[in-house]
Formats: sequence, structure tokens, C-alpha cells
Amino acid sequence: MLTAADLTALGLTLKLATVVTVILLLLGTPLAWWLARSRWRFKFILEAVVALPLVLPPTVLGFYLLVALGPRGPLGGLMTTLGLQPLAFTFAGLVIGSVFYSLPFVVQPLQDAFAAVGRRPMEVAATLGASPLDRFFTVAVPLARPGFLTAAVLGFAHTVGEFGVVLMIGGNIPGETQVLSIAIYDHVEALEYGHAHLLSGGLLVLSFLLLVGVYAARRRGPAVRP
Amino acid sequence: MSIKARFSLNLGEFALAVDLTLPAGGVTAVFGPSGCGKTTLLRVLAGLEKCPGGFLQVGPQIWQDDQRFVPPHRRALGYVFQEASLFAHLDVAGNLAYGARRVPAGERRVSVDRAVALLGIEHLLARSCGELSGGERQRVAIARALAASPGLLLMDEPLAGLDVARRQEILPYLESLRAELDIPVIYVSHAPEEVARLADHLVLMDAGRVQADGPITEMLTRLDLPLGRDDEAAALITASVAAHDETYALTSLEFPGGRFSVARQDLPVGRAVRLRVAARDVSLTEVHQAGTSILNIFPAEVVELATVSEAQVMVRLSVGGVPLLSRITRKSAALLDLSCGKPVYAQVKSVALLS
Repeated sequence: MLTAADLTALGLTLKLATVVTVILLLLGTPLAWWLARSRWRFKFILEAVVALPLVLPPTVLGFYLLVALGPRGPLGGLMTTLGLQPLAFTFAGLVIGSVFYSLPFVVQPLQDAFAAVGRRPMEVAATLGASPLDRFFTVAVPLARPGFLTAAVLGFAHTVGEFGVVLMIGGNIPGETQVLSIAIYDHVEALEYGHAHLLSGGLLVLSFLLLVGVYAARRRGPAVRP
Repeated sequence: MSIKARFSLNLGEFALAVDLTLPAGGVTAVFGPSGCGKTTLLRVLAGLEKCPGGFLQVGPQIWQDDQRFVPPHRRALGYVFQEASLFAHLDVAGNLAYGARRVPAGERRVSVDRAVALLGIEHLLARSCGELSGGERQRVAIARALAASPGLLLMDEPLAGLDVARRQEILPYLESLRAELDIPVIYVSHAPEEVARLADHLVLMDAGRVQADGPITEMLTRLDLPLGRDDEAAALITASVAAHDETYALTSLEFPGGRFSVARQDLPVGRAVRLRVAARDVSLTEVHQAGTSILNIFPAEVVELATVSEAQVMVRLSVGGVPLLSRITRKSAALLDLSCGKPVYAQVKSVALLS
């Protein structure tokens, strides 16, 4: 059965994924909206930056975050000067790393969904007296709802499954930074294949169910009609 | 009260340059070929397209000048797009309520119930937008724009995306809007039939410019404009039902130049109607001809002549002050020795009742 350490790691993983998903939806929504609507000619540069975590080895991302957030890094140094703890090897540091790591998984579905909504419904709403913020919440968000669902699930699932970034920036502190993927790695290292199977299989089934849910919901979602 | 619009917009290959004063009442049709800038003009009027340096005044309100640009959501307007563009996440009632809910207190001119009744969509309220036919969708879109209580209604070819049957389904509703609501409408179209049925005022556009504008009856019969020289050229006459002749099942329609007899119409006496008289259905005689099957013969005066082809001449007539067109051969014109001011009799072979 699951050990106490495994349960702690599971709880921590779910907490991390939840916090990261909420932050990503809050940050990613305006960013995705801007990317979907802006006609700025250098927009593609920002799109490339958002997509970087898709192709970069997570260890590279983790390494640079470690350098930046560590006590001798620019951000970590600043925090030390301000009398705060450096963020490396803390839960907060893990959140920051995961936000970067899962950014494209949230921003891209949202951007696609907003682009699919198009300008017309927003123009209609404007001529019906809705201010820009009003029509964003009453037209763009409801019409992009399938995109929000996909973004939330992908962001959550991807954060649950991360390893490289966590290893670099979070280390392996039980209850603070030891998440599921690290716990699995530890079990394998210790040749405890039974435990590793339990956690891995659990993660596999969980991820599969989440994705099945998303694709089923997308199939039923309202089509955007002209 | 009028609508004053002055805009010039350069979009590379296409340039819009208009300076218009339109009546703030009735239906103004903006007519012209595809790509002439009709839609762009409408979008600029709505504020959906920015046009720096422009000027727009609607009645007492200035919507755009050098100092200010009132954003679309603060303009009391309704906009009907070519595609119905209903909100897919709301049902029909939700679509109608969207604009109605955002009308500032004290500015409500049209209630949702009134808009629903005017477009005859009571039975659709609980439906989702996906369950509507093309014609129904457009009717809901028009009702939605009306329920937002516009002070100006802009319509961008609302029937263009529909087949002939659907168009015939919606046109009567548009006519009833004109009759029942006191909201000025700017109606973009490239269909002469819609223009003839709906418009009171006509703006002719070509290549981003206004060729001419004026009352519809004038514009359709001006020989210096393409409409008056066209094969399908026709005059528009406003008449009212004067009497019914039950013996021969005829209805008599009165206009300032006389009375038309047409087949019995089920309309109350006094009802205003629009008549369309095609230029090719009007022949001319020097004397009032007896012994003819034609009932509708009116004394007229030649106002203007224009040669429209090698063989044909278009004659603009005045029948008691009402303009009428007659297309005859050049030979006939020579034989009749037509010239401006000459009195003639116009024989109208056929007349179409538009509403």
C-alpha cells in the first residue's frame, strides 16, 4: 500500500498542480487574449517564448531558474537583501518553475479558443451596448469555454507529471518539494518496484481519465457559428 | 434633425470619401456594386472602424469629431450584420435580452416584447440558435438589434445571405418596421428590389465615393444616373387605396397624377402602397387614345430625354408632378417629335404593387 511519504508526496503534488493551474489561468487568459487579438508585427517572438517549454529539456529551464532564484542569483540575491528566504528548494520556487514549465499548455488552448471566437461576436456585443470588459466576460469567455477546460486540464496534468524542473529547483524535500514523480524515481532507485508501480499506474490512469474527460467535453461543446 | 457624416479613409487600394447629410427618419438605402465601400461606410458610422479626422452627427448627438470618438457601445445604434451572428452560447431569449438589458434607464424605445412581435418570433424564444433556419436567425438578429432601443438602425445587406424564398419571408417584416417604428434606418444593399420596396432615400455609391443621393423617387428616374438608364429602369410611385370596384374586381389607387386601376387588392381604403412602373411598360401617345385595352392612361409632360442605346430613348415624364419613365424607340421619339415640355399621354401597360 501507499506509504506515509507517498501520501505526502501525492498531497503535495495535487496542491502544487492546483495552485499552478489557478495562477496560469489568471496570467494566461489575458496573455492568450492579447496573442489572439493583437496585430503587433513582432507578436511571433512572444509566441515563440511562450512555446519554449514545449521543446526545451525541463532540466535547462530548471537550471536557469535555479541560477536566478538561488541565493547568489539576481532574484535570490534581491530576496536575501530584503531579508527574505531565497526561493530555490521551497514550495514557492516549485510553483514559479511549474508556472513557466506549464505555460504553453494553458496559453495555447486559450489562444486557439479566443481566435476561434473571432471578432464578429465581440463587434455584435459592442453594438448592443457592452463595454470591452463586459463583452469579454459575457461573450468571449463563454464562447471559449471548451478552451478553458482544455487549458485547465492540460495545465494541471502537465504539472502533476513534471520531473526535471522539480529536480533542479525543488530538490527532494518531503512535504516541501518532494512530488509524485520524484517519489517514483526514489522508489525505483531503491528497487521498490511495487510502490513505483502503484504510483505510476495511478498517475497513468488519472491522466488518461482527465484527457478522456476533456475530449468528451470538447465533442459536446457548442460550435461557434457565424 | 439629420445625420451628417464626413469621412475619408485610405486603406491602400481602396479609399472611402463621403460627405453626406441624410434625413434622420425613414429608410436610407446605400446602394452600389460589391466592393464599393458600402459596408465600410456602415462600419465607420457604427464606430467599428476608426476613421481619424472624420465627423459624424446623429440628430443632436455628435458621435465623432476632432475632439471625441464615442465608442460603439456608447452609441445608441443597432447593427444587423449580413450573417445573423447570434451568440451561440445563449438561446434566442438570451440573445434578445443581451442588448435590451444594457439600454440605459429612460432611453428605452422598443421593448423586447415589441421587437418579438414585430418580427413574429414568439414561437422561437425558447429555442437554441442552432435549431433555427437561416431566415429565422436573421429575424432574431433584427429583433435583437431593435430590442437594444437604437436611435439609428444600421443594416448591412441583411438578406444577402438568404435564398429568394427566405428573402420574401423577411421583407414584409422590414416593411412593417418602417411603418411602425420611428427609427431612422440605413440599409446597405445591392439588390434593386429591396431598395425599391424599402427605401425612402437613396445614396448611390461607387468606388468609395457617393455618386448622388436624394429621395428615392427622384433618384430612380434621374437620367444622368445608371439606375434611370438601366434595362430594368422603373419609377416608384406612392399611392393610396381610393376605392374598390366589385363589379370588375378592381382596386383604384390614387396618386397626385391620377388613379391607377389594378386587380382587386385586399387592402383597406386609405392604405398607402408603393407602385413600381417599369420604363419598358410605358408607351406614349400624342392624343388620348380611345379603343384601347389599357386602363391606366395619364396626361403627362416630357421633362427630359436621354438616348440609352442606338435604338432606344429614355423619357422622363412628369405626371402631376410625379416622375415616371418611359423607354421608347428612337424612331418613335422622332415621329412624336418629343421635346422638353411637350404634353403627351402615358399608357401604363403594367404596374407592380410592392407592398
